[in-house]
Amino acid sequence: MPDAVERVDAGAHERRRPKIVLWQAGVGVAAVAVWESLVSAGAIDPFFVSRPTAIARRMWMWSGDGTIWRHLATTLEESLLGLLIGSALGIALGFWFGRSPLLAAVFDPYIKMLNAVPRIVLAPLFLLWFGLGIWSKVALAVTLVFFVMFFSTYQGVRDADRVLIDNVRMLGASPRQLVRHVLVPSALTWIFSSLQTSLGFAMVGAVVGEYLGSTRGLGYVIAQAEGTFDTTGVFAGMTVLAIVVVIVSAIVGRLEQWLLAWKQ
Amino acid sequence: MTALEFDHVSRQFATPGGRTYRALDDISFTVEAGAFVAIVGPSGCGKSTLLNLAAGLLAPSSGLVRGYGSALNGLNRHATYLFQQDALLPWKSVLDNVALGLTLAGVPRAEARARADRWVSRVGLAGFARHYPAQLSGGMRKRAAMAQHWIIDRSLLLMDEPFSALDVHTRLAMEAELLALWETADKSAAVPEKTVLFVTHDLEEAIALADEVIVLSAGPGARVVARHPVPLGRPRDLMDVRTTPSFVDLHRALWMVLREEVRRSQRGAEPSRA
Repeated sequence: MPDAVERVDAGAHERRRPKIVLWQAGVGVAAVAVWESLVSAGAIDPFFVSRPTAIARRMWMWSGDGTIWRHLATTLEESLLGLLIGSALGIALGFWFGRSPLLAAVFDPYIKMLNAVPRIVLAPLFLLWFGLGIWSKVALAVTLVFFVMFFSTYQGVRDADRVLIDNVRMLGASPRQLVRHVLVPSALTWIFSSLQTSLGFAMVGAVVGEYLGSTRGLGYVIAQAEGTFDTTGVFAGMTVLAIVVVIVSAIVGRLEQWLLAWKQ
Repeated sequence: MTALEFDHVSRQFATPGGRTYRALDDISFTVEAGAFVAIVGPSGCGKSTLLNLAAGLLAPSSGLVRGYGSALNGLNRHATYLFQQDALLPWKSVLDNVALGLTLAGVPRAEARARADRWVSRVGLAGFARHYPAQLSGGMRKRAAMAQHWIIDRSLLLMDEPFSALDVHTRLAMEAELLALWETADKSAAVPEKTVLFVTHDLEEAIALADEVIVLSAGPGARVVARHPVPLGRPRDLMDVRTTPSFVDLHRALWMVLREEVRRSQRGAEPSRA
């Protein structure tokens, strides 16, 4: 009875939940406290690693004068566009390849070659092609998101359970109904499961793109701070980025849970 | 009327090693409309292959499979197929799974759901219509699968060891339900007579349920080695039928045949087909 076992485990996890949250908070507070006290005691030089109080003060200042919201909006806009375009292309192509093995076989080495290219070397090219604005960053995010989505969709279509397909065919499904009732839902489970990864990649693409050449965005803020050896600015930028990723991931996690409710 | 006919059917497969594996060799038999026929044989003798051929999911390498007199070309449109594995769509509720065959045929959604609702109750899942398959026990999933196939009202029911994964008592209950559904097949339906081709490795189950038992030899190259009518009346009480003299006699006679095949299959077990 594997079902029963899993349910018991999930229940135990639920019961331990408040305890886990408490520990999580404890670890964070402890780490920050150690950092702050080491700097205060003079054990490490704040020039290299700044200090939590200074970082918090900087973030407070940023949110007060509104600069950070403008940069954050730019980064989120780029990430979201990258995620949407990359997903659309990846899902469409993944589905198409999954349905025609010949096409997949022909293009297989090329897909692998393209996926092996380190995206960061593409950034200067994209700057050249798409300019200093948001689209060079969107393009970078797309190259990251595309492959995650492509491989997930391809797997999902190819791995659709043979028995499910045969069963639905025996129940009278036409090829089109087969796609709708079996292949798409089967691929969707893979697609949703990789949504978290894709979102992370989209943000990496946007921030790296900004970092390498832009006039706005969190990556730009961090690059500017680094240019003036302003470690407080660098850490503040990273913290903002981290907080945003945690919040957005939580939202996507909820969405995934809701969409994949049947998995229990 | 003959519901299903195997006419000198053989089927080979290409093995990954580049050789051919002969699963079925020159199989001939007929199933009369309205009959309940069970096929028994040792593990790996190609029973599932035989059902896939009857369903039209596989084409014979040589010979012909006929459904109601005409040779199959593609899927057997007279048949439904209850697979050994779970085949409910995990992302649809029990109700939507049961309604699926109707939805695919273009029955309006409300009507499909209403009819599915009746079938869900009929197989004893009344309180579970909104559950997903993952929330049900193995026996409940089998009931849902039976409803999913019986609702579309085809005349030939192919069943591949449908109850082999269930515990003894659930299994007995499911067998009784199957017989009840088959014996009381809706006479007002488009095709009143239901024909069942039931594959199992369990000789007792075969005799208890069927009008006729066909024994297949061990693979590779499985053949029909015995064919015997079951001299038990209907309706049958599955709780008691196994101790009646005619059941015991037939079981002994067929077991003599099957035992040899089981021995052979264990001696010459093909490593490539566990």
